[in-house]
Amino acid sequence: MITKEIEERILGLRNKYPKLKTAILPAFHVLYQEEGYLSPEGIQKVSELLGVPLLELHEVLSFYVFFPTRRIGKYWIRVCDNLSCSLMGAESIIQYLEEKLKIKVGQTTPDGLFTLGTEECLGSCGTAPMMMVNEEFHENLTREKIDKLIEELARR
Amino acid sequence: MSEKIVFKHIDEPEQHRIDTYLKNGGYQALPKTLKELSPAQVIDIVKRSGLRGRGGAGFSTGAKWGFVPKVSPKPKFFLCNADESEPGTFKDRELIEKDPHQLIEGVMIGSYAIGANLAFIYIRAEFALGAKRLQEALKEVYAKGLLGKNILGSGFDLDIVVYRGAGAYICGEETSLLSSIEGIKPLVRLRPPYPAVSGCYGCPSNVNNVETLANVQHIILNGAEWFARIGTPKSTGTKIFCLSGPVNRPGNYELPMGTPLRELIYEHGGGMKDGKTLKAFIPGGASSWVMPASKIDVRLDFESVAEAGSALGSGGVIVMSEDTCMVRSTLRLVKFYEWESCGECTPCREGTYWLSKIIQRIEDGKGRMKDLDLLLDLSDNIYGKTICPLGESATMPVTSTIEHFRQEYEDHIKNKRCPFDK
Repeated sequence: MITKEIEERILGLRNKYPKLKTAILPAFHVLYQEEGYLSPEGIQKVSELLGVPLLELHEVLSFYVFFPTRRIGKYWIRVCDNLSCSLMGAESIIQYLEEKLKIKVGQTTPDGLFTLGTEECLGSCGTAPMMMVNEEFHENLTREKIDKLIEELARR
Repeated sequence: MSEKIVFKHIDEPEQHRIDTYLKNGGYQALPKTLKELSPAQVIDIVKRSGLRGRGGAGFSTGAKWGFVPKVSPKPKFFLCNADESEPGTFKDRELIEKDPHQLIEGVMIGSYAIGANLAFIYIRAEFALGAKRLQEALKEVYAKGLLGKNILGSGFDLDIVVYRGAGAYICGEETSLLSSIEGIKPLVRLRPPYPAVSGCYGCPSNVNNVETLANVQHIILNGAEWFARIGTPKSTGTKIFCLSGPVNRPGNYELPMGTPLRELIYEHGGGMKDGKTLKAFIPGGASSWVMPASKIDVRLDFESVAEAGSALGSGGVIVMSEDTCMVRSTLRLVKFYEWESCGECTPCREGTYWLSKIIQRIEDGKGRMKDLDLLLDLSDNIYGKTICPLGESATMPVTSTIEHFRQEYEDHIKNKRCPFDK
């Protein structure tokens, strides 16, 4: 649901930058923050509000990986599995999360709480293994830490 | 303990607040710059300091600023590349989250030097805390009247915008970063024209890495000669080395350029974890050649690492121990480049796919002996044949591990399986 408030935040971006199209990514960030994903209606709305053709929006959006374009779990878990994290046991962390959440990478739990994914280097190699949950970093992961975190998130 | 420059106050809990930053001597280089120095003098000081880009390329920062035309009918733009995503590199995140004002002051001085009135700090989307810290810091700076119109009565106007990326490694390449800000598909651009002449929106622009800019104010305050005395004659100053992999104390260490790798791993990093033996290391982030443990005495500066056969790059040192499979590690890096290739150049788009496919089959025990020559041939057809260095970077772990660890590849092929534990 694109509220009046979201519309106004996006409209406010129109004159913020030297050129209009610079507002596209910030508008996507607004949508993502408010809706948790970029819905077709949301993208359509950005097109109308900024006056940028839908085609050009999709050309930009499809290049990047940060914005989900379908509804995902309330908590988006992304485990870094690049080299430094792999050397420190990222694979066993991913495997443990798959067992614990009873889903595979790329899937969402039936209750809609957790989506599990992997991610390329997140600039946290000195505190490997690590993962992001929505916008938060969780570092120096152990099974105990994961147990505690998942419990806490499920209760929230 | 050697002198720290950019990490001097990094562990003070409130360093991200302007009051603490001011108390620790912050925002003193700014008035000095605006009131006592002309843009040409600032460029000259930075040139003489020998400061070189800390993002990986190692190009003279002062020279880069000097390439931007003094007089331009078009506006000029200053950009900070905070898209840190080079595997093994995690210094900019710490600099941004813990000391955002230090970076902002560097952006201000750089913008003044090239004559830009608008600066972007392009930060990768995943650094949400970093973006928040920067935004809060900018609010404080505006409240103190240090940004906006006629800063400190100097007649210099500047606004700084924090711009969040959206998850693409390629946007750390400067021309791709420019396109990302312009709101178009961020493919890389052929140079020339260089960004200094035709960059953001086709206007003169300059892009610098976070760590590079964090050094600038200290050079202005303490002088070019002071900075040039630290490190080696050609690689001046300190460098943040990001140490990761199985060592006892991984983390960021700010040390003089030219510090031996042995000292980094065994003194600062506390040696190898669980008493294991060092097998190999990557000295400068994933985009540098893998080196065998026998090179442990290499000094970490641009010249010495290049002479030893690799690159200092971003200073991301990834350490691998005796139980690391070099084929699997190479595969992991190649898959990264395959995934992040923007698809513009055929050698990179197709080449990374084939590198990854062939190394995967070797790792799976289905390789053929002639695959090794095939990998080298493929690498040769990528290297030097693409617009940007991403494709070249994909070949670096491949050619270097085949050079130094050929036996391991052959063992995989002969025994039809990976000899290491999963």
